[in-house]
Amino acid sequence: MSETHAQTVPFVRDTMLPPAAPPVREAGAVRWLRQNLFSGPLNTVLTILGVLIVWFLVSHFWDWFAHSVWNADSLSDCRRIIAETWGEGARGACWAVVRERWNQYVYGFYPPELYWRPTMAFGLLFVALAPVLFSESVMIRRVVLALATVLTLWLMAVMGAPAAWLVFAAAVLVGALLISERQPSWLLVFSILYPLMGVWFLWGGSAWGPVMVLVGPVLGWIAWRLLGRASALVATVAALVVPLVWWIVFAGDAARDAESIVSLAIPAVASDRFGGFLLSITIGVAGIAMSLPLGIVLALARRSDMFLVKTLAVIFIEFIRGVPLIALLFVASLLLNYFLPPGTTFDIILRVIIMVTLFSAAYMAEVIRGGLAALPKGQYEAADALGLDYWKAQRLIVLPQALKISIPGIVSTFIGMFKDTTLVTFVGLYDPLKSMSDAVRASTSWKGIYWEPYIFVGFIFFLICFGMSRYSMYLERRLARDHR
Amino acid sequence: MKTSVFLGSMAAGALMAGAGMADTLADVKARGELNCGVNTGLVGFAAPDANGNWTGFDVDFCKAVAAAVLGDPAKVKYVPTTGQTRFTALSSGEVDLLARNSTWTFSRDTDLKLDFIGVNYYDGQGFMVNKDLGVTSAKELDGATICIQTGTTTELNLADYFKANNMTYQPVNIDSNAEGEQQYMAGACDAYTTDASGLAATRAAFADPESHIILPEIISKEPLGPAVRHGDSNWGDIARWTLYALIAAEEYGITSKNLEELAKSSQNPEVQRLLGVTDDLGAMIGLDKDWAKRAIAASGNYGEIFAANIGEQTPIGLARGLNAQWTQGGLMYAMPFR
Amino acid sequence: MTDVMVPANPPFRPSMLIYDRRYRSMTFQVIVFILVMALAWWLVNNTIRNLAALGKDFDFGFLWQRAGYDIPQTPIPYTSDDTHLRAALVGLLNTLIVSILGCIAATVVGIIAGVARLSNNWLIARLMTVYVEAFRNVPLLLWILIVFAVFTEVMPPPNAFRGDDPAASMILFDHVALTNRYTAIPTLAMTNDPGSLDLGARITISWATIAFAVALVAGWIVRRMIAAWAQRVQDQTGVRPTTWWASLAVMTVPSLLLIWYFGLHLIPPTLKGFNFTGGLNVQNGLVALWLALTLYTGAFIAEIVRAGILAISRGQSEAAFALGLRPGRTMNLVILPQALRVIIPPLISQYLNLMKNSSLAIAVGYMDIKGTLGGTTLNQTGRELESIVLMMGVYLVLSLIISAGMNLFNARVKLKER
Repeated sequence: MSETHAQTVPFVRDTMLPPAAPPVREAGAVRWLRQNLFSGPLNTVLTILGVLIVWFLVSHFWDWFAHSVWNADSLSDCRRIIAETWGEGARGACWAVVRERWNQYVYGFYPPELYWRPTMAFGLLFVALAPVLFSESVMIRRVVLALATVLTLWLMAVMGAPAAWLVFAAAVLVGALLISERQPSWLLVFSILYPLMGVWFLWGGSAWGPVMVLVGPVLGWIAWRLLGRASALVATVAALVVPLVWWIVFAGDAARDAESIVSLAIPAVASDRFGGFLLSITIGVAGIAMSLPLGIVLALARRSDMFLVKTLAVIFIEFIRGVPLIALLFVASLLLNYFLPPGTTFDIILRVIIMVTLFSAAYMAEVIRGGLAALPKGQYEAADALGLDYWKAQRLIVLPQALKISIPGIVSTFIGMFKDTTLVTFVGLYDPLKSMSDAVRASTSWKGIYWEPYIFVGFIFFLICFGMSRYSMYLERRLARDHR
Repeated sequence: MKTSVFLGSMAAGALMAGAGMADTLADVKARGELNCGVNTGLVGFAAPDANGNWTGFDVDFCKAVAAAVLGDPAKVKYVPTTGQTRFTALSSGEVDLLARNSTWTFSRDTDLKLDFIGVNYYDGQGFMVNKDLGVTSAKELDGATICIQTGTTTELNLADYFKANNMTYQPVNIDSNAEGEQQYMAGACDAYTTDASGLAATRAAFADPESHIILPEIISKEPLGPAVRHGDSNWGDIARWTLYALIAAEEYGITSKNLEELAKSSQNPEVQRLLGVTDDLGAMIGLDKDWAKRAIAASGNYGEIFAANIGEQTPIGLARGLNAQWTQGGLMYAMPFR
Repeated sequence: MTDVMVPANPPFRPSMLIYDRRYRSMTFQVIVFILVMALAWWLVNNTIRNLAALGKDFDFGFLWQRAGYDIPQTPIPYTSDDTHLRAALVGLLNTLIVSILGCIAATVVGIIAGVARLSNNWLIARLMTVYVEAFRNVPLLLWILIVFAVFTEVMPPPNAFRGDDPAASMILFDHVALTNRYTAIPTLAMTNDPGSLDLGARITISWATIAFAVALVAGWIVRRMIAAWAQRVQDQTGVRPTTWWASLAVMTVPSLLLIWYFGLHLIPPTLKGFNFTGGLNVQNGLVALWLALTLYTGAFIAEIVRAGILAISRGQSEAAFALGLRPGRTMNLVILPQALRVIIPPLISQYLNLMKNSSLAIAVGYMDIKGTLGGTTLNQTGRELESIVLMMGVYLVLSLIISAGMNLFNARVKLKER
C-alpha cells in the first residue's frame, strides 16, 4: 500500500523530533495553579474567597505583629516605644510582658532558687516515657533522650542546681541513654519509680515519704512469698492487705522516724506555689499516669462476663462521661471534703488531680476498650488454647498488644486532658491561661494588656498539643503497618 | 502497680495532712502554719506579686494573726479563694481564717455557719460611671447596662435597689475584678458596681481616673470582716481580739516603730495590759503574754496597715471615712482590753 | 468455660470458691459488690457526719426560696422575686439554647471544613488544615475568652450609634446592631395577634408559633408523601415526575399565608436611653460562647467527617464518576450516605462534649445552669452539696438523652447495612 502512494507523499520524516516543551498552561507553576487553584468555576470562586480571607487576616494583623516590642518595663513603656518608632497612632504587640513574666508563666510562684527541680523532673519525664512512647524507633528515642539530656543539664546548670544533683541527673539521663541502647524495656523500672520521684522533686520534703510508700508493695510481696507456701488464698489477701495496713498505719510514722535518724530532706515547696505551665503539666502528667492503670481496669471490667462487675464499670464510665469536667472540679473544691472522714483536709491540687484522674480514666477506659476490641479474636483464642488463665492471658498476650494499638488514643486523651487543665482556674488555682494572665494584669505596669498573654499561652499550648498529636499520628501509622 | 503506689503516697499524704477541726488553735500550732483564705487578686486587699508574695490589707491581718499565734508573720499559707469557693473552703477546714473582704450578713453568719469576728472595713456598694455619660446620680441609671461580680452580696443589693426604685437594668455578670475593669473600660457596661473601696481602687488604677466618677449613692451597707468557722469560740476569740488589738493600738498610738519603747515606758494601764507588761491576757485565749505585741509588730497597727495598703498615699487612695477611729468620728472602736 | 471435663460433682469445699471456675466469678462479684457497697456506705456516712459537724442538713427546700438576683437573658419570664428553682430552670434553658444552636452550627461548619479539607483546591485545603489544627490544639477556654474579647474590644458601644453622625451604624438595612454588649436584632410582631397558650407557671407559647409549627410539620409530611408518590411513579414507569415545585409549595405556602394572616413584621431595635430597645438584645456572652463552641467542635467534627469520607473506598467514588455523576452528586448520593455510618458514633460524643463544654459559660458571664444553680444560687444559699448534686444530675440526664437519641438515629442508619 505504502509503495503505491510513495510518490504522492511529499515529505516523510526519517528522524525523531526533539520533544517539545509542554504548552505554557500545562507546565510549571501555571499548570500547578490551574490544577490546584483554578480547576473549575467553583474552585476559582473558592480560591478567590480563600485569598480574600488570608488578605483580610494579614492586612488586619500584620502591622500589629510587625510592630512587636520585646524590651519594655510596662505597657505604657511599650506604647511609648511603639509611638516613637512607628509614629503616633501605630499599633503594636507588646511581647515584653512575656519576656518579663516568663518565669511566672512557666513556674508559677515556685521559689526561683529551686527552678532547677521542676526542670529536672521534666527532663527525667522523658526517660520515664522512653520505653512507653519512644520504643518504636531507635532513632527517635536516641534524639529525644539526647536532647532531654543536653537541655536538662544545661538548664539545671544555668538555674544554679547544686553539683550533686547535676551529677545525679547526668547519671540518670546518660545511664538511660546507654541502657536504652541495649534493652529499652529495663527502663520500665524507672517509669514505675518516676511518679514517686517526680512528686518528691516537685514538692520536696523528706525522701523517706516516697521511700516508705514504696516499702508497702515490697512488704506485700514478701508476705505473699512467705505465706504462699501455706495457702494461696491467705497469701493473696495478705499481699493486698499488708501494703494497705502499712500505708495507713505505719508509713507516716516510719517516714518521720527515719527522717529524724538520717535526714534526706530537700526544701519543701507548698502547693500554693504551683502555677502556670508547671501546674498544667503536673496535673496533666499525674492525671494520665494514674488514669492509665485505672482505665485498664475499667476497660477490662466493662468487657468482663461478670454481670455485676460490668454494670458497675458501665455506671461509673457513663456517669463520669455524662458530667462536665468543670462540675467535677467543683466537686473537688467544694464537696470532696464532705466525702472524707471529718477533719481530713488535703491539698486542693491533690483533690483536683484525683478528679481529673477519675475523669480521664473513664475516657481512657473507652480508648483501651477500643484497643481490646480491635485485637483479632484469634489472639484471645490462642491464649485460651495455651491454657493461660484470665490474668495471665491479659498480662502476656492481650494487654501488651491492645495497649500498643491504643497509644494514639491515649495520647489524644492526654492532649484533651492537658487542654482541660486550664479549667482549674475556676477553683482558684493559677492556671497559665486565665488566672496567671489576670495576675499579670493586676500589676500596675501591665494593666490593660489583653491579647498578648492569651496569644502567648495559646501558642505554647498549640506547640505542645500539636507536637504530641503529630507524634501520635506517626505512631498510629507505624503501628497500623505492624498489624497488616 | 503504678496506681497503687501513687495512690498510697496520696493516702499517706492525706493522712499526714489530716487534722481535726475541732481545735483550730492546736491544729495551727501543730502545723506551724496558718491557712488564710484570701482574694485571688484584688490589689490593695490581697494580690500576689510576680514572685508569689502576697500583699494587701487582708493579707496583713493574716500576718498579724500568724504572728500572734505562731510568732512569725511569714508562717501563712495564702489560699486564693473565688467568690464561690470561699465559704466552703472555710467550713471544710481548708482554711483557718477567711480574710477575703466578705460582707457580714445575717444569713452568712447563721445559715452558712460562719462566725464573723468583727469588721475591718466599713464599706458600701456604689457605682462608677464614665463622665461622658452625663449621669450624676444612680437614680438616672434606668435601663443601663451594669457590670456586676457574680456570687457577691452586691448582686442582690443591685437587684433590690433597682426594684425599689422601679427601674430596670441589664446585668453583665463577670467573674473577677480584672474582668469587670476590662468590660467597663471597653464600654461593655455603662456602670460598674461593687464596694466603694473596690471602685476607688479600680478607678485609681485607670490611666485617666478623672474621666470616671463614683456616684454619690451608696446603696448598701457592706461591713467587711474576717470570718472563722462556727463552733470554735476560742479560735474566734483569738482572731477577734487580734483585730481589736490592731485597732486599739492605733487608738493608743502604738505603732510598729514605738512598740518596744512603749512596752517599757508607757504608763497607760490599758497599753500595759495590751502589750502584756502587766496582766497576762494572752493566757486567757491560749497564747503567751506577747501575742498582741507580735501582732502589732507584724505590719503595724490598724492605721499603719490601712495607710500602707489602701490609704491616701497609695495608688488606691482611700480616705479613712467611716473607718477612722471612733475618736476621729469613725466607726473603728476596739472593745476594752481588760 | 464449659465444664465437660468435670466428671462428677465433687462435694463442695470452701476453697472451691476460689479455685473452681464455676464459683470463682461468683465469689469475685460478691467481693466486688461488698467492697463497692462498703465504699458507698463509707462516703455517705462521712457526708452525714460532716454535715452534722457543720450543723447543715441535706434539704432541697432552698429551691423554693426567693432567688433575689437577676439574670441577663431569660427565655422564660423571670425576676429577682422568683424562686431558685425557676432560676435553675432559666439556666437549664440557657444551656439548652447554646447547646442546640452550637450543635447545629458546629455540624454545618464541621461538614464544610471536613469536605473542604479534602478539596483539590490547594489553598482551601491548607486553610482548612490551619483552621482545624489551630482549634484542636488550643484549649477551648482560650477561644471563648478570645472571641469574647473580640466582641467587647472591637465592637462599638451602643453610644457610638447615637447622634447625627454616629461613629457606628447598624447593618442589614438598619435592623441589626453589633455592639460590645449584645447583638441587637429585630423582634417579630403581629398586627393580628392570636394570643398565647398558657402553660402555667408564667410560661406561654404564642398560638402563632404553634400554628407555624403545625404548618411546617404538616408541610413536611405532605412533602414526604409527594416524594413517595414520585418514587412509585418512577418504579412503575421509569420516569420521575418533576415534584420540586410541589414540594416547595407545600413547605412554604402555608407559612406565607400565616405570615400574611397574622400580619407578621419585624420591629427593628432603636437606641433609647443607654441601650437599644424594642428589639431583642442577644448577649455577647451567648454569641461568643456559641461561636467559640461552634468553631472548636466544628474542627473536631471536620476531622470526623474527613475520616468518614476517607474510610469509603476509592472504588465507590470512581464507580460514581464512571456512572457519570457530577462530583457534587457523588458526594451527596454515594459518599455521604455511606460515610454517615462511620461518622455518626463519634459525632454523638462531639455533641455530648459540646453540651458539657457549654458549662464554660461561666467565663463569659452567660448564665447557664452552671451559672445559676451551680453558681449564684450555690453561693447565696451555701447549699453546695444539693446544688452540685442537682446540677450533675441535670447534665447526666441531658447526656443520656443525647446518647439515646443519637443511638436511635444510629440504629436507623445502621439498618441499611448489609
